[in-house]
Amino acid sequence: MTMKWRGWALATGVLAISAMAQAAPPTAAMLSNACAGCHGTNGGSAGPSMPSLAGQSKEAIVDAMKKFKSGARPATVMGRLAKGFSDADFVAMGEYFSKQKLHPTNQSLDAAKIAKGASLQEANCGRCHIEDGKEGKDDTPAMASQWLPYLQIQMADYLSGKRKMPEKMEEKVKPMSKQDLDALLHFYASVK
Amino acid sequence: MTLDRRNFIKLLGGASSLALAACAGTGGSFSGPTGGRRVVVVGGGYGGTIAAKYIRMMDSSIEVVLIERNDHFVSCPFSNLYIGGLMKDLSPLTIKYDKLTANHGVKVLQAEVTGIDAAKKVVMTSSGEVTYDRLVLSPGIDFRTEEIKGYDAKSTPETIPHAWKAGPQTVLLRKQLEAMPAGGTVVLSIPLAPFRCPPGPYERTSMIAMFLKQHKPKSKIIVLDANPDIVSKAGLFKKGWKKHYEGIIDYRPAKKVTEVNAGNKTVVIEGIEDVKGDVINLIPPQRAGQIAVAAGLVGPDKNWCPVNPTTFESTIHKSIHVIGDACVAGAMPKSGYSANSEAKACATNIVNAMNGKELIDFSGINTCYSFLSAKEAVEVTGVYKVDKAKNAIIAVPGSVGVSPDLSEIEAIYAESWLKNILTEMST
Repeated sequence: MTMKWRGWALATGVLAISAMAQAAPPTAAMLSNACAGCHGTNGGSAGPSMPSLAGQSKEAIVDAMKKFKSGARPATVMGRLAKGFSDADFVAMGEYFSKQKLHPTNQSLDAAKIAKGASLQEANCGRCHIEDGKEGKDDTPAMASQWLPYLQIQMADYLSGKRKMPEKMEEKVKPMSKQDLDALLHFYASVK
Repeated sequence: MTLDRRNFIKLLGGASSLALAACAGTGGSFSGPTGGRRVVVVGGGYGGTIAAKYIRMMDSSIEVVLIERNDHFVSCPFSNLYIGGLMKDLSPLTIKYDKLTANHGVKVLQAEVTGIDAAKKVVMTSSGEVTYDRLVLSPGIDFRTEEIKGYDAKSTPETIPHAWKAGPQTVLLRKQLEAMPAGGTVVLSIPLAPFRCPPGPYERTSMIAMFLKQHKPKSKIIVLDANPDIVSKAGLFKKGWKKHYEGIIDYRPAKKVTEVNAGNKTVVIEGIEDVKGDVINLIPPQRAGQIAVAAGLVGPDKNWCPVNPTTFESTIHKSIHVIGDACVAGAMPKSGYSANSEAKACATNIVNAMNGKELIDFSGINTCYSFLSAKEAVEVTGVYKVDKAKNAIIAVPGSVGVSPDLSEIEAIYAESWLKNILTEMST
């Protein structure tokens, strides 16, 4: 009595083209475009708690996704979403977003904090967060123009121990006051 | 019930006579030959805006005409927060289309679609005919009001709002809640799944309960759910209701509303049990938007549009693609984020097909937040792909799940979700 729609469509001769046989596996763009609903078109976030992915290095994205997948990095949605992709998918997404231009943001920031943060960055962080945080050494993430609330959420996770700091970062961050750290984040958010 | 060949032809016949009637109108500026490179997108919501924009981003030699009857779009996601009093007006949920034109060259035609001639590849509109090479329909949902006795599609929602399409209906429901006396009763009726936004009715329950708790002491909300249990995020909603709204929410599963009496503000369950309310929010059962139904694009269930899971091309009419709530997208829920993902895969494969390139399998994401209180939210997420053996979209194992608990950080991310997805649709 009941007929599945495919059988019904075949019987009535109205089946449109079947694309299944010749379709290729998802490309880097197909995988990455799905992220853009939250992270912005081409990975340029509209803010304020979603990070931009545009201009991140492949290594930084692969490292972040692997840590989300294993649970090493605290997350809300990202832990589960990372489980939906393979390591090869992470590399494809990493390559895709690394080719996108850094997304400059306009945020209301404190000029005095930016100035203080600039000197702190140079003295403490610049060996890994190179080019004023526009780039990162190895898998160090790019910080430039990230939204301040995103950076603040991440720093809070580091300080509470929820997110583990790399050893070199811990050495630098530990002696800093909350005001120093806040100034640093203002600086990174201001870089275009 | 089965749709046999004869009924199917009748359905098609109905659609073509509708089409012929509309052909009498004067031709618009898109009525001429397409040059072989024109995609027409109908519907400027979560799916249509993204399909139009991404086609232009991927290949600017393709002409894209976006047809939408309004000059703006109001998001259903987050409209429950307005109903609950957390937003002053609907402006944070409203987008316009001008930047899609300025930034991407999408041609926007504000017009009402009156019919589709699939054989001739023509869309009939209130501003004339629009010819296409490929058509993308993102028409959203319409209501199966005929399944509720006493429901008049035009007049009933004027006093018994559904508020399941955001805009004036959303405003009407909030006004009714504001005008309700303290100690009053709100009745919310939820249809059988599938419907647009599976967790939506339960978020609405939470937001209305929050409003009552703050502004209308001793009031309550009776939830009549046609489903045997909460359809989505059930454990989290139950936990949140117990935490915040004990004694305010009266949740009654397996209570299907079959009749409404707008005059004395009563709904009837299964024809026998009357429930009266000072405010009634009746969400009728749903099907694909009327445009898709009239074009004969719904499957044998007569409600939703079967599509190829790679291209989202209708399995009934060639060169017409259906995305968003209206289509059958396998395991993907009918959500705004699903529509966003579907639109991008559809756009990719339309561009590839028009350029004689290889088609690419679908990979998509769903992320959907619900608020339980002013500051706490929960979410459900999943990654989706094509299962070739099943010829359908399935969830990638391990990727689908919900928040472990109600949380404030989820609410912060939810607000950024809205900001980003609406920005993506409008810039």
